[in-house]
Amino acid sequence: MRYVDEFRSADKAHALAARITELCEPGRQYKFMEVCGGHTHTIYKHGLEDYLPEAITLVHGPGCPVCVIPMGRVDDAIHLASQPEVIMTSFGDMMRVPGSQGSFFDAKAAGTDIRMVYSPLDSLKIARQNPGKRVVFMAIGFETTTPSTAMTILRAKAMGLENFSVFCNHVTIIPAIKAILDSPDLRLDGFIGPGHVSTVIGCRPYEFIASGYGKPVVVAGFEPLDILQSIYMLMVQLSEGRTEVENQYTRVVPWDGNLAALTAINEVMELRPYFEWRGLGFITHSAMRLREGFRAFDAEVLFDVPGVRVADPKACQCGEVLKGVLKPWECKVFGTACTPETPIGTCMVSPEGACAAYYNYGRMSRRRVVEVELTRP
Amino acid sequence: MCLGIPGEVVEFLPDQPDLARVDVSGVRRVINVGLLADDLPEPGEWVLIHVGFALSKIDESEAAAALEFLESIGQAYADELAALAESRIE
Repeated sequence: MRYVDEFRSADKAHALAARITELCEPGRQYKFMEVCGGHTHTIYKHGLEDYLPEAITLVHGPGCPVCVIPMGRVDDAIHLASQPEVIMTSFGDMMRVPGSQGSFFDAKAAGTDIRMVYSPLDSLKIARQNPGKRVVFMAIGFETTTPSTAMTILRAKAMGLENFSVFCNHVTIIPAIKAILDSPDLRLDGFIGPGHVSTVIGCRPYEFIASGYGKPVVVAGFEPLDILQSIYMLMVQLSEGRTEVENQYTRVVPWDGNLAALTAINEVMELRPYFEWRGLGFITHSAMRLREGFRAFDAEVLFDVPGVRVADPKACQCGEVLKGVLKPWECKVFGTACTPETPIGTCMVSPEGACAAYYNYGRMSRRRVVEVELTRP
Repeated sequence: MCLGIPGEVVEFLPDQPDLARVDVSGVRRVINVGLLADDLPEPGEWVLIHVGFALSKIDESEAAAALEFLESIGQAYADELAALAESRIE
């Protein structure tokens, strides 16, 4: 089963790049943000910036689920996990995310019962097998994982499970994009929309970007040619003076998303008034909490959660990286004090983080390479 | 976690219509297909799985592309597959 050549052809990539170049207005610079960390990964893995004309810069966005969890929530979770009779369950991605007193791995090494699970449903089984314990699932992620948590809570309720709860940290992508659009730090010309989040929310939620902010959005797949095709579609829109939401990833993303998933989320969860994002600060209506009717499964109701607020380490500039203001290598600690083995910031922890993608593929920005070449004697 | 992994539907579990056994890179595990209830996949069809739930149906060429993408991520996908192999939701 190997059909991937159709998404990887270098000839097609060069042909697309040539058409993109033709659409560049002389003297104009274009900045497009890829919202999703999966796209960032593809861009650096395949060196896509090398195909593009100098006039186009790709800026990495906040779409890395573990990158945006603030230190205080990690500390809160470890506090929860340390309570008597508690077993905390978590996705593996979360285990190395640093809190102010260390990560889940550090807490586990010190004897706290934190178990890695593949699915929130695994937590239900652990709860059934340990009736004398209280199982708390550390729920994180954008709309790709939120429906799974909602469905798991519905299942727990149907089963009458009384020793299972959720520490809900689900975030929503739209307010983060809006915060970036409202930030004076960065002027963008368009967005490469997230692929898998859009399988759930569909393409309509991005319409405010096109109509309210006058920026085109193209929802994109994860193959190199998907991303080049999306940039081409953005450039066509700009050259024709259009700003619309378009779907390049039609082979996976339905325009209206997954209605069953949206219904499950809406039944179990509601928007929080505000939520803190690592590096981005508090963003209004940017995260989910459990509805009143599901208090019996809400760890924030069942336990005393300290609500710790911790400032990000001074040296770490993940916030600027998440907002696209800084390239990863422009951070002071990138590749020196902060590496995937000893991450200071979250962007270096997750494979979807921009810093880890840069570090793993040794990609530096073209400008820096040029600068280095220019300064050589 | 945020990136879906492709699995081929092998069979539905008797008496549990929202659970299906899938094959992911040779690992066979049970996942929940309740979010595709309006348009359930047939055995032999492919789905994109997020943390134990199928979120969309895909065709075989998309599955191959998605798999190559995940393999390119390296250790993180190996970890996810290992976690899936440990998963027991039925």
